[in-house]
Amino acid sequence: MNNGIDRRDFLKLTGLGGVVFASALAGWPNLAGAAAGEFHFVQLSDTHWGFGDAKINPDSAGTLKKAVAAVNALDQQPDFVVFTGDLTHTTDDPKVRRTRLDEFRDIASGLKVKTVRFLPGEHDAALDQGEAYQQFFGQTHYTFDHKGVHFIALDNVSDPQAMVGDSQIAWLKADLKQIKPETPIVVLTHRPLFDLYPQWDWATRDGAAVIDALQPFPNVTVFYGHIHQEHHQMTGNIAHHAAKGLMFPLPAAGSVPKKAPIAWDPAAPYKGLGFRDIDADVGKPSFKLDELPVVKA
Amino acid sequence: MMQLLRRLFVVALIAAAPCIAHAEQTQVIHIRAHMFAYSPDEIVVKKGVPVTLELMSIDRVHGFNLPDFHVRTTIEPWVSTTITFTPDKVGRFTFACDHFCGDGHDDMSGVLIVVE
Repeated sequence: MNNGIDRRDFLKLTGLGGVVFASALAGWPNLAGAAAGEFHFVQLSDTHWGFGDAKINPDSAGTLKKAVAAVNALDQQPDFVVFTGDLTHTTDDPKVRRTRLDEFRDIASGLKVKTVRFLPGEHDAALDQGEAYQQFFGQTHYTFDHKGVHFIALDNVSDPQAMVGDSQIAWLKADLKQIKPETPIVVLTHRPLFDLYPQWDWATRDGAAVIDALQPFPNVTVFYGHIHQEHHQMTGNIAHHAAKGLMFPLPAAGSVPKKAPIAWDPAAPYKGLGFRDIDADVGKPSFKLDELPVVKA
Repeated sequence: MMQLLRRLFVVALIAAAPCIAHAEQTQVIHIRAHMFAYSPDEIVVKKGVPVTLELMSIDRVHGFNLPDFHVRTTIEPWVSTTITFTPDKVGRFTFACDHFCGDGHDDMSGVLIVVE
C-alpha cells in the first residue's frame, strides 16, 4: 500500500519550521479502545561522548547535558526516550570505552523520564562486537510494545561489517510472525537500512533483507541516526527518518568531496545539532516529527 | 605489386599488435590499507580497460567499497586480495572503508578517477 506521502513531499515538508508530518499512514487501523492512543517519545542520537576536537565542538563536554536539560524542559514529558546509537566516541582502549559508557549512562540518568531505551552505534560496539555495551545496556536488539505500536530495536553495528546478520534476521522474522499485519511497527536502529550513500559508509550491508522482511507490513516507520542530520526517505511503503546528532553535524550525502564533520560556527553555536520529539496520534493515525534545538535561540 | 602491399600490410598489423595489446592490458594497482588511509588514495585508470586492484592491510582488518562499480572486499592483514573489474564510465568515484576499524574509520576513503 501507499502510505500517502513520497520523498518529494518529505523534502517539501522539511522546510516547515522543523515540523514534519512524517507518515500519514493511511490505512493505519483505528486502535482506539485497545491500548492505543496519543503519545510521544523523544529520539536522541549520536552523542559521541568522549569526542574531543574543540574546533568541531568546543562544548563537547556540555552538549549532551544541555540536550538532557532540553528534554527535561519539554512542556509535556515524553512516554520514553530512545538513544539511537553512537552514545560514545570510539576508542581502541577497552577501559576508556567503559569509562565513556559509564559517564554517558550517568548523564542520561539525569533525564526526568525513567523509561529510556538504548541502541548501540558502531562507535560503541563494533570494535568488541558489543561486549562493553552489553555490560552497561544489555541486549543490542529487542522488542517492546507501547500503546498499540510494536517497536523493534535492531543492531546493525556490533558486526564491524555493518551487518544485521542471519541470526538476527531470523529472530526478526520470527517476531514479525507473532504480530497482526495491520499493527503499526516502528523500527529503531543506528545505520540506514537502505543504501543512502555507501560511498560514505551510509548503509547496512544486509539491510535489504530487513526491508524485505518488513515490506509485507503496511505500517512501518524507521527511526535511525548515523548520518548526523535530518533525512527522510521511502523504500516502498516504509518511511525512514534520520535524526540530527548531538556532537557534530555532517554534510549532506555527496555534497563535498570528502566526508568530514562540519566545523563549529561561533556565530551560530550548536547549529546542526538537535533532537526529535515524535508525536504518535494513533487515532488519525499519524506521526508528527518535531525537530528541536539543543539550545533555544 | 598488390601482393607485396598485402604482405607489408600484414607485417604492419603484426608490428602494431603489441601496442594494441599493451593498451588493453589489465591495469594493476597495488593498494595498501592502514589506520586510517589507503596508499595511494587517488588512482587514475582508463575507461574500458580492465583494472586489477591488489589490496593488503598492514595493520588490522579494513574494508574496500567502490559502490559505483559494485566492487567491495574485506582486506585482511598481510593477505593479498585481488579484484578485477572494467570501469565503464568516466568520472571521480569515491571508495571507502566499510569495515569499522577505529577512531579514523570515517576518514578512510579515496577516489578512483576514470579517464577516456
